[in-house]
Amino acid sequence: MTRRVVICCGSGGVGKTTTAAALALAATRAGRRAVVVTIDPARRLADALGLAGLTNSPSIIDGNWPGELYALMLDTESTFNGLVAKYAGSQEQADKILANRFYRNISGALSGTQEYMATEKLFELYEETDFDLIVVDTPPTRNALDFLEAPNRLARFLDHRLYRLLTAPTRGIVKAVNVAAQGFLRSVGKVVGGEVIADAIAFFVAFEGMDEGFKDRAKRVDRLLGSDETAFVLVASPRADTVEEASFFAGKLGEHHITVEALVVNRMHPDPGAGNPLADRKRAETFAGTTLGNLYTALADLRTVAQGEAEHLADLSERIAPAPVQRVPLLPFEVCDLDTLTRFGDVLLGSR
Amino acid sequence: MEPAQFLTAPRVTIVAGKGGVGKTTTAVALGMAASSVGLRALLVEVEGKSAIGSLFGVGVVGYEEVELIPPGRGEGGLRARALTPDDALVEFLQDHGLKRVSNRLVSSGALDMVVTATPGIKDVLILGKVKQLERAGTADVIILDAPAAGHAITFLRSAQGLLDAVKVGLIESQAREVCELLADPTRCQVVLVTLPEETPVNELTETAFSLEDQVGVSLGPVVVNGAYPLLDGLDTDPEQAAREVGANLKRGEAESLALAANFRLERSALQQVQISRLRQELPLPQLHLPFVFTSQLTREDLASLADILIDEIGALK
Repeated sequence: MTRRVVICCGSGGVGKTTTAAALALAATRAGRRAVVVTIDPARRLADALGLAGLTNSPSIIDGNWPGELYALMLDTESTFNGLVAKYAGSQEQADKILANRFYRNISGALSGTQEYMATEKLFELYEETDFDLIVVDTPPTRNALDFLEAPNRLARFLDHRLYRLLTAPTRGIVKAVNVAAQGFLRSVGKVVGGEVIADAIAFFVAFEGMDEGFKDRAKRVDRLLGSDETAFVLVASPRADTVEEASFFAGKLGEHHITVEALVVNRMHPDPGAGNPLADRKRAETFAGTTLGNLYTALADLRTVAQGEAEHLADLSERIAPAPVQRVPLLPFEVCDLDTLTRFGDVLLGSR
Repeated sequence: MEPAQFLTAPRVTIVAGKGGVGKTTTAVALGMAASSVGLRALLVEVEGKSAIGSLFGVGVVGYEEVELIPPGRGEGGLRARALTPDDALVEFLQDHGLKRVSNRLVSSGALDMVVTATPGIKDVLILGKVKQLERAGTADVIILDAPAAGHAITFLRSAQGLLDAVKVGLIESQAREVCELLADPTRCQVVLVTLPEETPVNELTETAFSLEDQVGVSLGPVVVNGAYPLLDGLDTDPEQAAREVGANLKRGEAESLALAANFRLERSALQQVQISRLRQELPLPQLHLPFVFTSQLTREDLASLADILIDEIGALK
């Protein structure tokens, strides 16, 4: 782990948050100053770290280690507000935007805003702090690509020609275009109410002049995601569907010329050694009703799953080679505090 | 309880739970269970691509309805469709005589803006479509596979949120009708799914209370998915178990048997602790679906899960 930024991605429920926290903790134990950014609204990391509520800025986690461990929980809205304040030409402009309802919808609910703000937070930490390592947990999304494309999403949104049309009156451009737009807007108003449209227009008027700053920043964030300082760690569980998702994401990263640093596969069933589950099943039937029969059933069950998991992982491992695959077995404990997180980290990094 | 009665008492069953707990599996199994007791079931997906179609040999399930199980021979039939907000909006506008607006929204790309301008509109459009399907009576049972995790609360709160922000317009009346559907226990229930593990159980309990407080939706039984079926005698030494029945073990087999047995015992014990904890913390009846020993479910696996659900529902008081 010599990179400065590590991004953990994968589908929901595969142990992404735990993996991210364990990586940050491991760096801390190796003497580094690390911060982990978590996004999951379920507050799983907060649970894992024994914190009631993490805030939007890094707070230190107390522990007996040579480095320093910080954690924060992304607050999408206040991160966005901070960004507006940063790029507004004046306090007045910032206030106008922050009070606008349309803006509040964008900052709270626009699909992809969470992903965008996660990258923004990452960039802010990268630019403004001196952490040795920033580990980012990504939102549990079905489409992991949202994260990668997040920086450019808002830039595109603000660049749309329709908004140019909407904001045209203030710029005094051709009136005729505007009349046509008005009729259209009236119809849309019938559906969602005229106020909503008025809010939208007011937002774009207030936002004028800030889009360049936003777009420029988006480009810099994008560059950081693709730079050598950033490592992507894929997290998956060994079930067919999440492996497929991880495969898909690995392919997309490739298209963006980003290599996968490592694949972490959590919750692997233990391998009971070479053998044929069908033969075990047959023995279970032969001895049905006896203790030996039950023992064979347990073995056949386990072998079926373990062999299936190994098969699913074979293709993906090949695809991301030479990146290492870290297999983490189903553990006999839940990661719910620093102690169990440390033990999880030992297993995660020990299997290298 | 009679399975048919359970599944139709409210016509709409919303299946929710965090990612990876078997939410979609449960939704499909419920749909198959409904069909197998002679009901016409409709499965509604909301998160875009769904691989479920391939299990039934129909490819990707899209906005238009596809048949997963044909009606006949005792089956009521199972159909599926994936609702997307964009398609639902276009259809909504067309239904309200605004076809031209809808065409222009799409061609100008303004759809994004309208959707952004109106909080929760995407979710309201999808739930509105579900409400329309419910009203039209095109199915006896509608199973909605809700978005994962915390998104389920946002999803179900969307209509109330929209009403707070939008006071007029066609979408406002749509939101109002969605609220009515969600608040009516004779029309709609939520079935939450969890694994018998610590964090999922915690989150399920949290979600259940939030849903009751913030959405006021009626909660059906909880589905506990993936508990290992219990087997007797797994703590017996394999050599001794073999001697008891006069069998011989191959070389190394005793170790494999012991490893599998210990693993199973350990996991089962952890699971049972969580199941009883859930019972204490959340006073809702539980339906248990066993762990299926495969890393990729087949249609046959789903069919047997559906059978188990029918038995479990039958055992409810």
